[in-house]
Amino acid sequence: MIDWLLEPLSYPFMVRALGATLVSAVACGLLSCWLVQIGWSLMGDAVSHSVLPGVALAYIVGIPFAVGAFVFGIGAVLLIGRVQSATKIKSDAAIGVVFTSLFALGIVLISATPSQIDLTHILFGNVLGVSPVELITVALIGTLTVILVFVKRRDLTLFAFDPGHANAIGISVARLRWLLLTLLALTVVATMQTVGIILVVAMLVIPGCTARLLTRSMPGMLRVSVSVAVTASVAGVYASYVADVSTGGAVVLVQSALFALALTATGLRKLSAHRKSRVSLQHEHSHDAVTT
Amino acid sequence: MSAAIDVRGLTVRYGEVLALDDVSFEATAGRLTGLLGANGSGKSTLFGSLMGTLTPDSGSVRLFGEDPARVRRRGDVAYVPQHDAIDRDFPVSVHDVVMMGRYGMLGVMRRPRPRDRDAVAAAIDRVGLTAFASRTIGALSGGQRRRAFLARAIAQDAGLLLLDEPFAGVDAASEATIAALLRGLRDEGRSILVSTHDLAGVRALCDDAIILQRRLIFQGTAHDAVTPERLTEIFGMSS
Repeated sequence: MIDWLLEPLSYPFMVRALGATLVSAVACGLLSCWLVQIGWSLMGDAVSHSVLPGVALAYIVGIPFAVGAFVFGIGAVLLIGRVQSATKIKSDAAIGVVFTSLFALGIVLISATPSQIDLTHILFGNVLGVSPVELITVALIGTLTVILVFVKRRDLTLFAFDPGHANAIGISVARLRWLLLTLLALTVVATMQTVGIILVVAMLVIPGCTARLLTRSMPGMLRVSVSVAVTASVAGVYASYVADVSTGGAVVLVQSALFALALTATGLRKLSAHRKSRVSLQHEHSHDAVTT
Repeated sequence: MSAAIDVRGLTVRYGEVLALDDVSFEATAGRLTGLLGANGSGKSTLFGSLMGTLTPDSGSVRLFGEDPARVRRRGDVAYVPQHDAIDRDFPVSVHDVVMMGRYGMLGVMRRPRPRDRDAVAAAIDRVGLTAFASRTIGALSGGQRRRAFLARAIAQDAGLLLLDEPFAGVDAASEATIAALLRGLRDEGRSILVSTHDLAGVRALCDDAIILQRRLIFQGTAHDAVTPERLTEIFGMSS
């Protein structure tokens, strides 16, 4: 059993894959809790898709892909804000227009730079091909994100729950919004290596949703969310090794399975609570009947 | 003593719609002022202007004779939002919500100190929610939730309290509790502006009253505010 567990770890690329997946999963799991509560899932989708032209340009210009991706992630958010304030378009439509346009630009840019960039690696992740330098980049971005989240976690909850109160006590709502958006862009950049641009949003949404089903406090939600993300990372990476399937896909599928499990568990709990209350009601009724 | 709220020539437009038209009034410090008006009369717009969440087309707002942003940064303005402005599904407890009243006084990480915990416990006790302190706000009744947010304002220890429709969707017992709390806070010297469309309640609760209908149509004592003629004029009621 131990041999079976250790065997994949004898390959350095597997160790790097597991490391990159774990770091990005922790960052995503944390951020997920606030994104889900605010209703920013679509924003996560938008930022992750919008980084594509940034990645392409970074390869063309010869700078680290993380820089290009981050710039375009933030740029997308700015552009969405512009479109919204300049028109009467609803926010989800503005998001839809901007990120699909940027995504298309990215695909065109990549198709115009033959053979240097593998589109499927960017779209679906290439965690088994993470180089030592890339792992360090992911680790640095992930660590920065986790530290910022830890320091500002109460402010982020305040922003998510009641921005009106933040404003009333002189805490800048705009600044908190940008903090969260920056954290989102950083996390996307750290995660796209693992699961690819298309599935980043899963990592940003599923752990938080799962945790929300199981907990009733923000600290509890953060703990469960990170646990779900970490469990899915380890299980997914191993499953992909054993079954020889896509690592990113496997990680997200394990997250989905955990979500389904949590949903079933809460459903059963509600059902049994409902039965219990009915039984006690019946009991009261029979009691009434005796006394009257 | 300067006015707690001093609004001059306030005009706010949403595109073509005129929400507030040249509104000027003063709310005297240390008094409980009722803000009356039908739906769409500009009450929420006025709150938005006082809180700085929207920029008026013209006019000015001063709080305690100072720049409102400065007064807010000092933590001297507490805002109790309308009940439908609150996300009831959010996983926060009564204690968590009330602690947010202290955030302005805390450091970068907002880590509460012992005296903040004491202030929060005292505020929760004052609104009668001690037994519910660890409950999530979604598990409270409408009246209890209002009291939780009032406790947050108390924990903040602000000089000016702004309450947007605190009696909407609240049972009679909680309404009486909230009214008594507001009078108690006024007696401590705090200035309070409370919007409501409970006309009968205003005379019993408030010292002064302001009536809005896009324009200011009354400013004076609560006793003088509610007349049958005015009710008909504003709300189209006939007695």
